[in-house]
Amino acid sequence: MNAIVLAVFGLAVMFTGFFVYSRFVAGKILKLDPDFKTPAHTMTDGVDYVPTNKFVLWGHHFTSVAGAAPIVGPAIAVIWGWLPALLWVSLGTVFFAGVHDMGAVWASVRNKAKSMGALSGDVVGKRARSLFMIVIFLVLLMVNAVFGVVIANLLINNAGSVVPVWGAIAVAMVIGQAIYRFKWNLPLVSLVGVIVLYTLIWIGPQVPVALPETAFGLSDRALWILLLFAYAAVASLLPVWMLLQPRDYINGLQLFVGLGLLYVAVFVAGPTVVAPMINSDVPAGTPSLFPLLFVTIACGAISGFHGIVASGTTSKQLNKEPDARLVGYGGALGEGTLALAAIIAASAGFATFEEWKEVYSSFGGGGLKAFVDGGGTILHAGTGISPEVSATMLTVMAALFAGTTMDTGLRLQRYIFQEWGEIYNISWMKKAAPATLLSVGACLALAFGAGGADGGGGLLIWPLFGTTNQLMAGLTLLVVAVMLVRRKTNALVVIAPMAFILVIGLLALAIQIYDFFGQQKWFLCGLAVVVLVAGVLVALECIAALRKEQHEVAASN
Amino acid sequence: MSKLGDIKDWVLRANHALTTYYNAPYRAAIARAKRDEDDLFMLLVFSEMMGIPNPASWYTLELQPLLLERFHDWHVRMGMEKSPFDHISCC
Repeated sequence: MNAIVLAVFGLAVMFTGFFVYSRFVAGKILKLDPDFKTPAHTMTDGVDYVPTNKFVLWGHHFTSVAGAAPIVGPAIAVIWGWLPALLWVSLGTVFFAGVHDMGAVWASVRNKAKSMGALSGDVVGKRARSLFMIVIFLVLLMVNAVFGVVIANLLINNAGSVVPVWGAIAVAMVIGQAIYRFKWNLPLVSLVGVIVLYTLIWIGPQVPVALPETAFGLSDRALWILLLFAYAAVASLLPVWMLLQPRDYINGLQLFVGLGLLYVAVFVAGPTVVAPMINSDVPAGTPSLFPLLFVTIACGAISGFHGIVASGTTSKQLNKEPDARLVGYGGALGEGTLALAAIIAASAGFATFEEWKEVYSSFGGGGLKAFVDGGGTILHAGTGISPEVSATMLTVMAALFAGTTMDTGLRLQRYIFQEWGEIYNISWMKKAAPATLLSVGACLALAFGAGGADGGGGLLIWPLFGTTNQLMAGLTLLVVAVMLVRRKTNALVVIAPMAFILVIGLLALAIQIYDFFGQQKWFLCGLAVVVLVAGVLVALECIAALRKEQHEVAASN
Repeated sequence: MSKLGDIKDWVLRANHALTTYYNAPYRAAIARAKRDEDDLFMLLVFSEMMGIPNPASWYTLELQPLLLERFHDWHVRMGMEKSPFDHISCC
């Protein structure tokens, strides 16, 4: 079958969702009001609260939520065949992610643009707030460990990408200085920056860099992981304008260029889908499709991380309340298109079924490697760019996304440790450097604890990360649901996805604990139990909060 | 409007959109960092009066009247409810 069919089907479902379903939810359920004065107007301060053009805000929301995760998850999930992944990504974006993001923006805008953590405390209760904090900490811990492993794998898989991936950091630092210190013209600086970055991508394959297979008794993968965390630790301590801000900006530009090129290539080349529709012959050790598919693809179908962005910076800049539809729902849709591109690359980017099967020889074996190799082939066929440069371009895109997430994640984790230092009066933990070391130590322990001495099995925690991420989404949906019930509006469009992800998440956890126990993977088993405890508490909190609200509404009637 | 005017207008708008896109997510973090720097500067300017020797106090003394407006916010932020100096009675 032609991959264009997949692309057209996915895009058609998502855009129908945007034009029909999101209009219904925005108009009839959330009742977005054009006359409502948003915090960007009532609390304007020129810093946090600034009314912003909805298209610019959409661009910001989209590029902030779309990272490496919506590529890794779907590319791993293609192991069960392309159809389940395609359906979950398209329908998940329409009924889950879109509603979640738009709801989160709305909930925050209606509560002085407070963050989701604060909101869960104000709207639901103190217990929900504590739970939210615990889940955030778990997500950050796992995301850093997983992405460390992911980038290391990418750099080993494609030695030609080493120069552009590290070179991009230098480009970002120069952009940061040019904008912040010298106040140069931004469009010009961006243009030069992008040209230099793509020149590096072109040069990269000609000067491949590989670490020795073993050094200091460590494998090359382990060395890359250590180097990446050393970099992330330093980067997270630098002022944001120096590296994080320009890096984030380049990533945004790269996302638009990369995604655009990939779709153009799919429509021009029309590659054949070689992956099976449903894979009945999965490699040994692959967990069952149901329910693991739903937690393997978190970002791209529904992700709690979006709630943090939606209630962090997006809601403070929303010009008019109805803009939440384009910004929130549209932002989630943008991420859906990235996940769709990953599915197409991982299922149609190989010459034969046998070649595909070789890549998907174990669970987690596909992932970014499948996206980069498959996507590179499609890009080459559709645009004529050489296969090496195409693959390097996608590797750099994915590695930069994952790298920026690591910087940000480590920074946030450091803040949490510093806050604990304040709360429990541990003076050394209040300082930035020791708190960063503690964060790096925790992430490294997880990466090597889960993945063995060379970190190779680190991707095994991917489904656990997905589950935790969805638990966070469940809490955000709970906040939206409670607000709707209080307003006596039918909250089914929010409660149904919430119930679905909680039930599926708990089921997936139980299965994973059973599997890890059987395989005697004690570390992963322990981690899964911790997530399960958090999950049960989240589910109980959801039931208790909604029942209490309904009783109160009934009593007031 | 002439065609050239149209293009100029479009470029200006694109520039504005790009600048907003670059700055919006980090405005608060940068404002906080700037405030931290300013706080340190305030400490340098008023350090001599608090018993911390400052070799540049001859010059920083001149700056004090210029910073008076910000003085109240600063001492509150530093955890001192009332002005620490007898001669500056801002509150």
